[in-house]
Amino acid sequence: MSMIDVRGLTKRYGPHTVVDDLSFTVEAGQVTGFLGPNGAGKSTTLRMIVGLAAPDRGSVTIGGRRYAEIPVPLLEVGALLDAAAVHGSRTAYAHLHALAVSNGLPRRRVGEVLARTGLESVAGKRAGGFSLGMRQRLGIAATLLGDPKVLIFDEPVNGLDPEGIRWARDLMRSLAAEGRAVLVSSHLMSEMAQTADHLIVIGRGRLVADAAVSELTHASGEGTVLVRAAEPGDFALRLSAAGAGVREGLEGSLVVSGMSAGDIGRLAAYHGVALSELTPQRVSLEDAFMELTRDSVEYQGVAA
Amino acid sequence: MRPAVHTLHAEWIKLRSLRSTWYTLACLFAVGLGITALAANGAGRDWDTLSEADRLAWDPTEHSLTSYIVAQLVIGVLGILVVTSEFATGLMRTTLTATPRRGRVLAAKVALAAAVAVVAGEVLMFAAFLIGQPLLARQGVPSAELGDPGVLSAVVAGGLYLAAIALLAVGLGTVMRATAGALATLVGIILLVPALAGLFPSWMQGVFDYWPTIGGAAAMGTVADPDYPHPWLNLGGMCLGVAAVLAVAFVLFRRRDV
Repeated sequence: MSMIDVRGLTKRYGPHTVVDDLSFTVEAGQVTGFLGPNGAGKSTTLRMIVGLAAPDRGSVTIGGRRYAEIPVPLLEVGALLDAAAVHGSRTAYAHLHALAVSNGLPRRRVGEVLARTGLESVAGKRAGGFSLGMRQRLGIAATLLGDPKVLIFDEPVNGLDPEGIRWARDLMRSLAAEGRAVLVSSHLMSEMAQTADHLIVIGRGRLVADAAVSELTHASGEGTVLVRAAEPGDFALRLSAAGAGVREGLEGSLVVSGMSAGDIGRLAAYHGVALSELTPQRVSLEDAFMELTRDSVEYQGVAA
Repeated sequence: MRPAVHTLHAEWIKLRSLRSTWYTLACLFAVGLGITALAANGAGRDWDTLSEADRLAWDPTEHSLTSYIVAQLVIGVLGILVVTSEFATGLMRTTLTATPRRGRVLAAKVALAAAVAVVAGEVLMFAAFLIGQPLLARQGVPSAELGDPGVLSAVVAGGLYLAAIALLAVGLGTVMRATAGALATLVGIILLVPALAGLFPSWMQGVFDYWPTIGGAAAMGTVADPDYPHPWLNLGGMCLGVAAVLAVAFVLFRRRDV
């Protein structure tokens, strides 16, 4: 059974439909990346999953139940929606202690999650003095208090330094490896490419893609092939005649689309053209993401 | 039952782990008792200028408890912060994710604020009385003792009044979700409206019988006031008004997106 089941979720703020008939599931044992440009409705969706915002239509269940019906939520779901959501003059320990007590969890859990997130040395310090990275760690610590089966992180690597990003990535991988369902939102495809097994891409509140990471890179448009030939002009004409799309690349190279590297090589051999390079260009996940969400980016910069 | 206790316990940890809670309480006593002492020290001079009729109406108990006018503002800040500090920092999202039963969360906050405010309010009012009266007596001005008729109930009423204002503040904080807005509204209710009461149309005067600082505070006197023959009824009416604000707060708190 899916751990998180989102069905037909819709949320309007006045005339704006922020989340539009969104459906997807999140499975146990893998990291599911929740991707979309800024303003795509990721945070609103996550807030509806944990019952902070009420959907106008549709439903969300976690392990088959509505969030509000879970008797001890921290045992089932750990959610980090905003790392800044800590009272600055409360100590890290007191913050976690109050949360643990609110769900009847033993006090030793506070020490355990502080240890897992590397915050033991600052447990008695006020959170107001924490760097954004430390706050992220504190927020992640809070999600782990009840050792839950479902974890939800909204932009967890924002503000982390490279070492912290690697730590967060490894933590999410290990949480998924322990059999938990991990849902991580991000607007950075490159980050998700290294962390997620499965991707849910939304744009303007609508589902754009729901696929394994590997599928997504293959599916979104064929790759191009970089070709260097002794007489590029001549060969370009022959390629066009054979039905390929050709444009000029850097330093006299050709960027060929709509024809595989193998076919290009055969065509060159047939015409006796010497090739000095024949390189298939893999579509990066980043390109795939741009391609998918091009129409749904809220504010688009104009290339100068 | 146990979940309710957990929620209450968690709210208590949150309240006591903030320095602002203790600063506000310290401020409550410094301001409340400071004003009592200052007023009592000036009473000797005032007494000499009073007419015979004014001397007959002299109420030493009320004199010592008058510091409630400023103290209610400070205890109100405490009540407001119980709710708005969570909205301001975004912590409310974390709280309501951990405890999605929103009614239970707000009920715990109200109960905790009530408990803290009753204790602080009663201690303050008793202290104000016990500090104020000897100061009055030393200047040869008539003073009272706790055993005198009506004195104990007036002092107790003072503490309850302050607790009711703290709960009003919790309600305003929940409705407004912002410290500044809630505080401005509270100041308007407890200080500005009473100061301008004479300007309002006559039908409003009936409401003022139960308004904070006006009729609602009448129970802090020991000399019969012809305007308020049953001052505890006026205090009770004010509490009903506070309950109505809290009812609105509960409805909004459960319904609104966070």
